Amino acid sequence: MTVIARRLGVYLVTAWVAITVNFLLPHFMPGNPIQTLIGKLQDNVTPAEIRSIQLSFGGTLNHGLLSQYLTYWGQLFHGNMGISITLSAPVSTILGSAIPWTVGLIGLSTILSFFLGTFLGALLGWTRGSRLDSLIPTATFFQAVPYFFLGTVMLLIFGSQLHWFPELGAYSISVTPGWHWNFIASLIRYGELPVISIVLSSVAGWMLGMRNMMITMVAEDFVLMSVAMGLPRRKVVWAAARNAVLPSIANLSLAIGLVVSGALLVELVFNYPGVGDLLLNAVLNEDYPLIQGIFLVITLTVLAANLIADLAYFALDPRTRTAAVL
Amino acid sequence: MKSLRIPRSPKVVLGLGIVGFFILLTIVGPYLAPDNPNNTSFAPNLGPSGAHWFGTTSLGQDIFSQTLVGARATMVVALVAGLIATILSVSVGVAAGYLGGFTDDGLSLLSNVFLAIPGVPLLIVIDSYLPTGSRSNALVIGVIISLTGWAWGARVLRAQTMSLRNRDFVEASRIIGESRARIMFSEVAPNLLPVLASSLLFTILYSIGAYVTLAYIGLTSTSVWNWGTMLFWAQSNNAPLANEWYWFVPPGVCIAMVGTGLALLNFGIDEFINPRLREAGMTSRLRRRRGLPRRPRLGLTPVVRASSPRPARTFVKTGSGAR
Repeated sequence: MTVIARRLGVYLVTAWVAITVNFLLPHFMPGNPIQTLIGKLQDNVTPAEIRSIQLSFGGTLNHGLLSQYLTYWGQLFHGNMGISITLSAPVSTILGSAIPWTVGLIGLSTILSFFLGTFLGALLGWTRGSRLDSLIPTATFFQAVPYFFLGTVMLLIFGSQLHWFPELGAYSISVTPGWHWNFIASLIRYGELPVISIVLSSVAGWMLGMRNMMITMVAEDFVLMSVAMGLPRRKVVWAAARNAVLPSIANLSLAIGLVVSGALLVELVFNYPGVGDLLLNAVLNEDYPLIQGIFLVITLTVLAANLIADLAYFALDPRTRTAAVL
Repeated sequence: MKSLRIPRSPKVVLGLGIVGFFILLTIVGPYLAPDNPNNTSFAPNLGPSGAHWFGTTSLGQDIFSQTLVGARATMVVALVAGLIATILSVSVGVAAGYLGGFTDDGLSLLSNVFLAIPGVPLLIVIDSYLPTGSRSNALVIGVIISLTGWAWGARVLRAQTMSLRNRDFVEASRIIGESRARIMFSEVAPNLLPVLASSLLFTILYSIGAYVTLAYIGLTSTSVWNWGTMLFWAQSNNAPLANEWYWFVPPGVCIAMVGTGLALLNFGIDEFINPRLREAGMTSRLRRRRGLPRRPRLGLTPVVRASSPRPARTFVKTGSGAR
């Protein structure tokens, strides 16, 4: 239990750091971005909206920094992250409609890629030295390709050249969103190519990690023992794989941040209406409240995912319940 | 430093070759470029040809020249960020592992926090607040990237330092009265080198990815040519849908090649650290030459000798290979 409490503590501190950095950045960057921003806005938005944007940065700049910081926290607790300059809507509302897309796309691809990579890695580790090893350089190459580049190439080849997959967006414009089969089918159809590109880019990492652990594990005494006992091969492999997967799961919580960072950009390539696409537009238009809101939401989501991964690890590895391994 | 021989597996040779090639390109690339990358005087959207090896952009710029010139900015930022991040991770990781106690708790918390914050979104927020002038400064960008990329190395180095601190040979030097500095630099440091090298390679890899990502979403100065900016222009001119593959494939393949080279080198280091991986990483030809069975045998880790007749050189067991 104490281990879980410790991890939770780390994540709480992380969340606090992220929120504080988010508050401090606009205040301390050269050229006073907040002042510039509000100056730019004067004739574009209503006074109420300006007030809301100011509040999301911690109120008017005349107050002391501490008082601004407290105001900022108060606003966050009320879910007020300011108003997007370009979209003229509350940041929380905009994010609310973008998050399900991203969580669906990236969550699904990450889970798929983890299981596929772990399975392939276990296979490679067990049959080490065989022809299958030639997969390794290929996997390394795919690991080094930026996610968005692979997405772009896939879009060009399978989308605009071969027309195997629809090109852009999350669903066909001819169907109306809703809980009916036409929409869901279109959703799946349009999701295939983005999911495949994310899985292809991220599978190699899991695979190589699992292979290395499996090779180390196969040389353990218990594996030799179970072979000597005459256990069926299937059972031996399973026992080795079960032990080898633990470090992968322990690393899962660390890798999620990297995978999410990479996968966000895949949304840009495919014009997928998620957080990544939103982020690009926010950056291009210097929409600071939106950029900051997106950063905060991504960080908190990644932290929540980390916590889930850690809990899975504790559930699977009894040793962690007694000793502070992490 | 005789024991630090990296096994000459084909992976390492290939990795060294690729990385070496791109380092050379970093130095001479801009001089080799046939045209000014900003020159828009050519016909737009030409496919690859003898005159323009990689074709031209929709503005009529020579893509081959852009790729050559872009190598420098990309590699320089990656190297700067990788070096700074490694210095940070050595200071934090080794201090935490060697000193222990409250220092360790504090520093570990610090690196855990930086590990948990997703790096690229943080980079994007910081970078979006940078004045446009600083966005073209390799040092500024390098420092920011290194801030988000040091934590992993610190964690690995801390674990390695902690495990080394309690080894018998370190204990022995302490008992015979060697000074702290000598223990640190002659006993502990050489055994940290493989882990350090691997973390440096990993950080450079991360930095390339981070820099290219920033450039791709338009957060670095578009007046500095790097592979990410090229992808940015290709994407914003809809090159993928217009079938202008020659526009975005060269920078992308370059990024992937550098990454592959670094990862292959890392493989070599892994195999050096972990003898079991070393054996598994050998090709069947190498295996036969060393007198090992063609297929690795279950439960056995054969001693891999540098060359058969001489007595085996004992590698210091480190990292995941040691239990």
